[in-house]
Amino acid sequence: MDRDRPALTRGQALLLAAPPLAFVGLFFLWPVAHILALGVAPEGSLALGDVTKAWQEPYVLEVVLFTIGLATLSTLLTLLLGMPVAWVFGRFEFPGRRVAWALTVVPFVLPTVVVGSAFLALLGPRSPINAVAETLLGAAAPQLRLEGSAAAIVIAHIFYNVAVIIRLVGGMWMHLDPRSEEAARVLGASSWRTFREVSWPLLRPAVLSAASIVFLFTVTSFGVVLMLGSPRDTTLEVEIYRQTAILLDLPTAAALTILQMAGVVVILLASARMQERLSLQQTLRPSGQAARRPRRGREGALVAGILLAAAIFMMLPLAALLERALAGPEGYGLAGFGSLLTDEPRMRLAAPPIAAIVDSLLFAAITTLLAGGLGLLAATAIGYRRGWLSRALDALIMLPLGTSAVIVGFGFLVSLDTPPLDLRTSILLIPIAHSLIALPFVIRALVPIIRAIDDRLREAASVLGASPARAWREIDAPILARGALVGAGFAFAVSLGEFGATLFIARPDTFTIPVVIYRLLGQPGAESFATAMALATLLMVLTAAAVLLIERLRGSGPQTF
Amino acid sequence: MTNRPTTRRHIGRPRTLLPITILLASALLAGTAPAGATDEALTLMTHDSFYLPDEVIAAFEAEHGVTLEVLPAGDAGSMVNQAILTADRPLADVIYGVDNTFLSRALAADLFEPYRSPALAAVPAELQLDERDRVTPIDYADVCLNVDRAAFADGDLPLPGDLADLLDPALAGQLVVQNPATSSPGLAFLLATIAALGEDPETGWRSFWAGLRDNGVSVAAGWEEAYYGSFSGGSGEGELPIVVSYATSPVAEVVFGPDPEADESPTAALDVGCFRQVEFAGILRGTDQPELAAALIDHLLSPPAQAALPLAMYVYPARADVEVPPVFARHALRPTRTWNLEPAAIDAGREDWIREWTAIVLR
Repeated sequence: MDRDRPALTRGQALLLAAPPLAFVGLFFLWPVAHILALGVAPEGSLALGDVTKAWQEPYVLEVVLFTIGLATLSTLLTLLLGMPVAWVFGRFEFPGRRVAWALTVVPFVLPTVVVGSAFLALLGPRSPINAVAETLLGAAAPQLRLEGSAAAIVIAHIFYNVAVIIRLVGGMWMHLDPRSEEAARVLGASSWRTFREVSWPLLRPAVLSAASIVFLFTVTSFGVVLMLGSPRDTTLEVEIYRQTAILLDLPTAAALTILQMAGVVVILLASARMQERLSLQQTLRPSGQAARRPRRGREGALVAGILLAAAIFMMLPLAALLERALAGPEGYGLAGFGSLLTDEPRMRLAAPPIAAIVDSLLFAAITTLLAGGLGLLAATAIGYRRGWLSRALDALIMLPLGTSAVIVGFGFLVSLDTPPLDLRTSILLIPIAHSLIALPFVIRALVPIIRAIDDRLREAASVLGASPARAWREIDAPILARGALVGAGFAFAVSLGEFGATLFIARPDTFTIPVVIYRLLGQPGAESFATAMALATLLMVLTAAAVLLIERLRGSGPQTF
Repeated sequence: MTNRPTTRRHIGRPRTLLPITILLASALLAGTAPAGATDEALTLMTHDSFYLPDEVIAAFEAEHGVTLEVLPAGDAGSMVNQAILTADRPLADVIYGVDNTFLSRALAADLFEPYRSPALAAVPAELQLDERDRVTPIDYADVCLNVDRAAFADGDLPLPGDLADLLDPALAGQLVVQNPATSSPGLAFLLATIAALGEDPETGWRSFWAGLRDNGVSVAAGWEEAYYGSFSGGSGEGELPIVVSYATSPVAEVVFGPDPEADESPTAALDVGCFRQVEFAGILRGTDQPELAAALIDHLLSPPAQAALPLAMYVYPARADVEVPPVFARHALRPTRTWNLEPAAIDAGREDWIREWTAIVLR
């Protein structure tokens, strides 16, 4: 390993990083700095009195501790539950693997209103679990009542984010050379010991990478907290929303945002540093070569058990959703799906709900191109170098995930207001906001893979007479392409399902699927409810299909390179 | 590894730059023509719950030869705050949906160009809350308690006749309210209790809420969570028979229910602790089309638009001379009195009241 001579010079890295830096600078840092400035310097000169006063409020400490506790617990449990599934996808071939892999992304795209309502149905008093308990044990059966509790938030967080662990860690696992594990087994190591001493050290960077995304997502989670949590427990994100959108107390909002961002930056820098330290170069394998059918007996049962448990946990809320899509006012039927096609005035929409698919796909396509392109550049600059520059770039691109959506949205309003850059009410703000959220996923899918590419392969290529460019093309590119597709799939899915950020942008009457679902749910009546659930079902199918298609772009499968 | 020509397609840097260049270029082009700057379009900033039938909008567009662009900007509070932050370069020509709980803040920020619509002659004086005509009342709605008729049918539960009845142990654990910190009907109900009960330490609003807490009141984050999630009546899927909602909610239960001709709604609004939310429209200072903006305000107060409001947004039209649909007359409650506070008092007291309420009810 040659740690002293990075594959890119600092100049090259900066050049590659320039477009993503400009993007994040213009559409994130500049707007956020603007809105924070209104809080810390309302009259134009620095007035920190109100900001520091807010920091001394005892309730702020309470909110911060609750937020961190909730995010930490959610991240750890998501990791615990996601790792076995990542292992199964990373190591084994089984019937329906491709479809199952695409399905893992589905929970991730569902709008919070939909997931919230599915979980209320599953964890509330009318839960099917309670119904089963009652039939078995009679009326005295203990009732499961989790709505309005931190436990409900954590469960919903796991449901949402387990896809991040499965896909980012599983995506890496697919490329680990199975021969080192086999060697360990041959030498007599147990499977647990093989995991601990062979696979785990190689996987750690990807695990860290995925876990930090989950942490950021849960630390800024908003809709789930409001819908499922108890009003007694406020998170930092909810409090920032209140101070900004309801009270317009910008000094307090700035105080809380600075706290949130500072915490996030510390965690990001630490995790980037650890990731660098833990990265081990290795011979990555095309994923097709690493997967095999599970052996009969214990291994087969374990794999089947993990898949079954994951399917139940991830599919149960989705099934609840489908059930409600089919349950119309006049019993079960396809009425909910039928009204997707109609321009029903009672729905108060300008077009049939199905028209939203076109807008959504268009935004998702732009986001995928934008985040995919910028992400590839940034990941190259980050992954091929080490040191502060690479860490700072990584933290900067991750930061939007850990920043309150209302702050970014209001920041857009006060900063992007001067022609020729008056984008405040432009439709382009939507794919731009989506790309800010999608970029970290592209980076996180690529950097661990880049870091793991063995320099000796490149050296061997140059010894054999290949130019550096050719060596990169032959060795790095095929592996990168796979990672880029995982990232692109995420970017597409993020855009299809994203709603929170666009909630705080004044926008022309756009019709993305989550917006239409939200509107339908805001209306009374079982009919609009069934239609909303039918549209959510369609969103799931569309996402799975799109992700399947994106990952197929590379032809007949992973074994092609 | 074989050298496949296709691999290059996905990783070439110049190719990934192309779409970005196109996008940024189009962003710049789009940026040069902000909404509302051209004379062919008038922009209306409003909240996410805004809805008017196409005919009403089309009539305005046809009469004045403009396109009306609707710009939803979050809930009412978020919308007002966005308008304040962009006061120097307004996003729209007209804003609609500022309610009396946010009115004082909007007026203090000097957002509006005064305009007195001739149609105000038909609007009751008590809805005209700004004597300087900076904002024009368009509609109003009353926040009142709603009950599940079925739960009260067999007489086991006493129907509350005033606020104090909610403290009856027989109604313990039966009421769900919204958190006033995150919900506008929640705030409205808190304001009604403050207006109705006053500051007296024994009988005032603080001791009332302490009593509600001891009597097991449930608190939900927003109207949807309370009504659909916790309330047992009508389209509610929860278990509690009393909820804070609107005087017009029973109408929606009929219109959207299985039988739009039903004689009785499954829910009923109670004439208890009602608070009146008045929604205003105003011309945003800085518009370059003040006449058209004024025409839009007139249009919102025109009899056809006013007549469309009830079934569009479940509100009452501001004009007194417009008939409401029969289904409204049959199922909506007209409270005998509403408990109101001055907009200036609301804005001055809101934060402290919410803080105190949180300390009393949630801690």
